[in-house]
Amino acid sequence: MAAKLILSMDGVVLKEYALNKERMTIGRKAHNDIVIDNLAVSGEHAAIVTILNDSFLEDLDSTNGVAVNGTQIKKHFLQNNDVVEIGKYKLKYLNDQQGQATAADFEKTMVLRTPVGSATSAVKKTEETASFMKTQVNVAPAAMEHEATGKFEAVSARPQAAQHEATGKYAATAPAAVPPAAPVSPAAGVPPAAVQILTGPNTGKELDLVKNLTTLGKPGLQVAVLTRRPHGYFITHVEGANFPVVNGTSLNEHPRQLNDHDIIELAGIKMEFYFKG
Amino acid sequence: MDIEQALEIVGETNPGMVRSHNEDSVSYDAACGLVVLADGMGGYNAGEVASGITVSVMTTEIKHRLQNVSPISRDEATGEELGVALLRENVQKANASIYNAAQSQPQYAGMGTTVVAGLFYDNRVVVAHVGDSRLYRLRGDEFGPITRDHSLLQEQIDSGMITPEDARLSKNKNLVTRAVGVEPEVAAEVHVHGVQVGDIYLLCSDGLNDMVEDEDIGSTLQMLQANLPLAASQLIQIANDNGGRDNVSVILVKVKGEFAAPRSWLAKLLLWFKN
Repeated sequence: MAAKLILSMDGVVLKEYALNKERMTIGRKAHNDIVIDNLAVSGEHAAIVTILNDSFLEDLDSTNGVAVNGTQIKKHFLQNNDVVEIGKYKLKYLNDQQGQATAADFEKTMVLRTPVGSATSAVKKTEETASFMKTQVNVAPAAMEHEATGKFEAVSARPQAAQHEATGKYAATAPAAVPPAAPVSPAAGVPPAAVQILTGPNTGKELDLVKNLTTLGKPGLQVAVLTRRPHGYFITHVEGANFPVVNGTSLNEHPRQLNDHDIIELAGIKMEFYFKG
Repeated sequence: MDIEQALEIVGETNPGMVRSHNEDSVSYDAACGLVVLADGMGGYNAGEVASGITVSVMTTEIKHRLQNVSPISRDEATGEELGVALLRENVQKANASIYNAAQSQPQYAGMGTTVVAGLFYDNRVVVAHVGDSRLYRLRGDEFGPITRDHSLLQEQIDSGMITPEDARLSKNKNLVTRAVGVEPEVAAEVHVHGVQVGDIYLLCSDGLNDMVEDEDIGSTLQMLQANLPLAASQLIQIANDNGGRDNVSVILVKVKGEFAAPRSWLAKLLLWFKN
């Protein structure tokens, strides 16, 4: 199924256009693929280049410009349900590939045999099977505060901040946040949780588990990782001769799911895991 | 240091959460420093066949050749260093096997595979790849891909048509512009990279990097580098927790020491004069 544009003015649908050509032009003059006969529209106003399932909109130096979802653009990568505005006219972009393909077609890798450009006819399989599903990407919420106070420290594992001090300090590392453009992580749906230190010099300190991975312990001596997964929080041994102890029972090499108020012993420090709120 | 002691290698492959069978193949051998990962495509079980042929051709042929000759010697036919020539030639050999099988067996028509392979020797790694399976490197705090995909999306990024940020939104993922076994000939892209002690190399199929952001892959490796098998299974787990829509395969190589190739006294002398 090709993507399409629905032309409307003042909420009245005027016409529907399938994006079935590699390049389609929009303008006032008759030779355009999409003709809008209105003086606010330039002779050649805009163009849409379509490569397989992706379409790109370009303003052809028009007098009155092109807006997408209310923002003026020169060039724009069209996404499903985008609204293109040219003068008083609206063009809604529909490209619901995901709903139309069958599950078996998703994510299949295919080979393109000819160089890009004439790509539309070059896919090995037919157009219908060349539908792909956009993948969800993993995203961690906002970066953890860099706590460098005291011996218990949380270090963001983002490259510039990852000066992992192996000086016997009690360190916790957490992965960096990724840019906000990405969809929300499935693991973000699990209830928030934290660990609180019960013994040692940092007694009372609390560490929110806001990352998918958080390591705890003394690098080189004993380290464990707390993973946040869609169905809960897990603790796994990473390094060291001694395994972490949960509620008095030593772990083996397998992960163990954490329950509310579990007591963890690690590198001589006791801490409590609990759900917040 | 002997290469087998210098390198720690683990590998894991998983069908993911959606697919019923696994079309990826992985193989690794620390004794000759060889790692190979392939992601097959094609109907029925043809994808497995293509990736399986590639991995087995490359490992058996290269291991066999390196029994008698050193990878730093010159290849007589091409004048290239043997390690480089071996990777290049054996991708071609795998290509011919798959192409011929596809020609003679109708059920395998059109099958193909991506491949990414690394041969470690003499404090270097030779990397060959075709398609969108990747090699990443973690060196100190820096993590990123070393290979550049042979894919439509990568070509669009290169030509400036789409920004790397927008590329995440593209519906044209998974379209490779080069694959092993679909044409009579294939050109593998081959590069040589210097290796440093402490480096961690990750070979993966697109089932990992399509489901998990590079930043998250990098921080997972950084945090779990003390336990390589855990790092591998954790990466697969994150991909599956995020939906696991494709097969996921990873090979991790950790460089624990130097592994200069043994040379004769004459070769050492010549090398000394050259420097």
